[in-house]
Amino acid sequence: MKLDKNIKIFISVLGIVFFLGQNAQATEECFEKTSRAIFKFNLTLDNYIFEPVAKGYNKLPNPIKTGTSNFTSNLGTLLSIPNNLLQGNLKQLGHSIGSFAINTTVGILGFLNPAERIGLKPHKEDVGQTLGSYGFGPGCYYVLPILGPTTARDSIGLIADTFVDPFAHVTIREHEMFGLSGNSLDYYSFKATDAVDFRADNDQNFESLKKNSIDLYSSMKSIYLQDRENKINNSTKEEDDWGNLDN
Amino acid sequence: MHRISIYIISIIIILQTSLLAYSSDPKNFVNELVNDAISKLSDKNLTKDEKANFIEKIALENVDINALGLYTLGELRKSSSENDISNYQNSFKRYFLKSLTSRLTDYSSSKFEIISAEKKSTSYTIVSSKISPIDGGPEIKIDWRIYTKNPEKPLIRDLIVEGLSLARTQKEEFASILNSNNNDIRILISKLDEFVND
Repeated sequence: MKLDKNIKIFISVLGIVFFLGQNAQATEECFEKTSRAIFKFNLTLDNYIFEPVAKGYNKLPNPIKTGTSNFTSNLGTLLSIPNNLLQGNLKQLGHSIGSFAINTTVGILGFLNPAERIGLKPHKEDVGQTLGSYGFGPGCYYVLPILGPTTARDSIGLIADTFVDPFAHVTIREHEMFGLSGNSLDYYSFKATDAVDFRADNDQNFESLKKNSIDLYSSMKSIYLQDRENKINNSTKEEDDWGNLDN
Repeated sequence: MHRISIYIISIIIILQTSLLAYSSDPKNFVNELVNDAISKLSDKNLTKDEKANFIEKIALENVDINALGLYTLGELRKSSSENDISNYQNSFKRYFLKSLTSRLTDYSSSKFEIISAEKKSTSYTIVSSKISPIDGGPEIKIDWRIYTKNPEKPLIRDLIVEGLSLARTQKEEFASILNSNNNDIRILISKLDEFVND
C-alpha cells in the first residue's frame, strides 16, 4: 500500500516535469549538474561491478551466452505484446505472440530461438515507445542512478511498464497467471541478467567510446536519444541536416 | 639509364595510385574500400603502426574530413573567424585520425556485404551494408552517407551504425563542450589538441 502511494507521488512529480517539458527540445537537460554527478557515480559502479561481471560473462562458452540472451529476449517479448496492441501494430503483434509461443515451447523456455529461423523477428517495445508513437515528446533528459540515461517520458514509461508487462504481474505483484507464479526476486534477477547481457554485448563499443570521447556524458546522451528516436519510429531514419555544407 | 629509372619509378607510382583509387560508383566505392580495409586490417603480418598508417592514408583520401569538421562544429562555423576555423580544422583532422586508428587497429576479421544504395540527391547517396563478425557475434547494419557532388570522387561523410550517426554524436558532443564554455571555439580546439597529445 505504501509502495503504491510512493509510486503515485513519483508519477505525479514526473508528470509535472514531463508536461512542463512538453515544449522542451530533446537535448534540454532537467538538472545537468546532478545528472553529470550521477553519471560519474554510474561509471564508477560500472568500473567496479558491471564491467568485471560483463567481462566474466563474455568468457562463458558461446552456447551459454546465446541461450541466456535468447531467454531474456523471449521474456522481454511479453512487454512488447501489450505495447504492440496499444500502438495498433498488428504485424508486430503477430511477430511477438508467434515468437513467444514458439520459443517458449519448441525453443525450450526460450533458450533457443527457432522463431527467428521462420522469419519472426519481434521488435522490443515499451510504454515509453508507445507514448512516443502517440506523439508525446521526450521531455527533458537526465540520468538515473544505476538505470542510466532517460527522459521524462521514458521514466514514466519505465514505471508504466511494470503495470502492462504480464511477467511483472506474475512476479512483482505476485498474481497467478495460467498456473504460473513468482516473486520480485524473479523480476529483478531477470532485469539484472538482461542488463549484464546488454553490457557484455557492447563491451568493446563502450571501451572504444570511453577511450575516444572528449565528453563521454554528451556522447552517451546523443546515443541514447538517437536510439530511442529510432525505436519509436521503428526505423533508422537519418537526420538530413548536412544541406548547407555543400561547398 | 637515368631516364629508364625515372620511367620505371613513374610507372610504379602511377600503378600504386591507380591501385588505391576506388570506383566512382558509391556502392562499388564502399565495397572496394571496405574489402581492402578488411584484408589489410586482418593481415597478421602487418604491425600495428603499418595498420595505423594504412587507416590514415585511406581516411585522408576517402573521408571528407573538412566537411565533417564543419558539420560537427554546428552553427558556430558561420560566426567564427577564418583563422579560428582553420585552426579548428587542423585540430579536428588530427583528432579524427587518432580516434579512427584507435578504433580500428584492433579490428578482427568480419564478413562485409552491401545491401543496397539509395540516391537521396545529386549530393548524397546512402549505401546500406551489413557486417558479420566471423566469431558469430550479431550482425551490424551500417549505412554510409556518401557525398557525390563530384561524381568522379565520392567521399564518406558519415557512418550510421545501427541507426546511430557517428557525425551527429560527435556534433552533439562538441555542442555540449561549447555550451558549457560560452561557445568559445578555442576551448574546443584546446580539448581536441589535449586528446591528440595525450
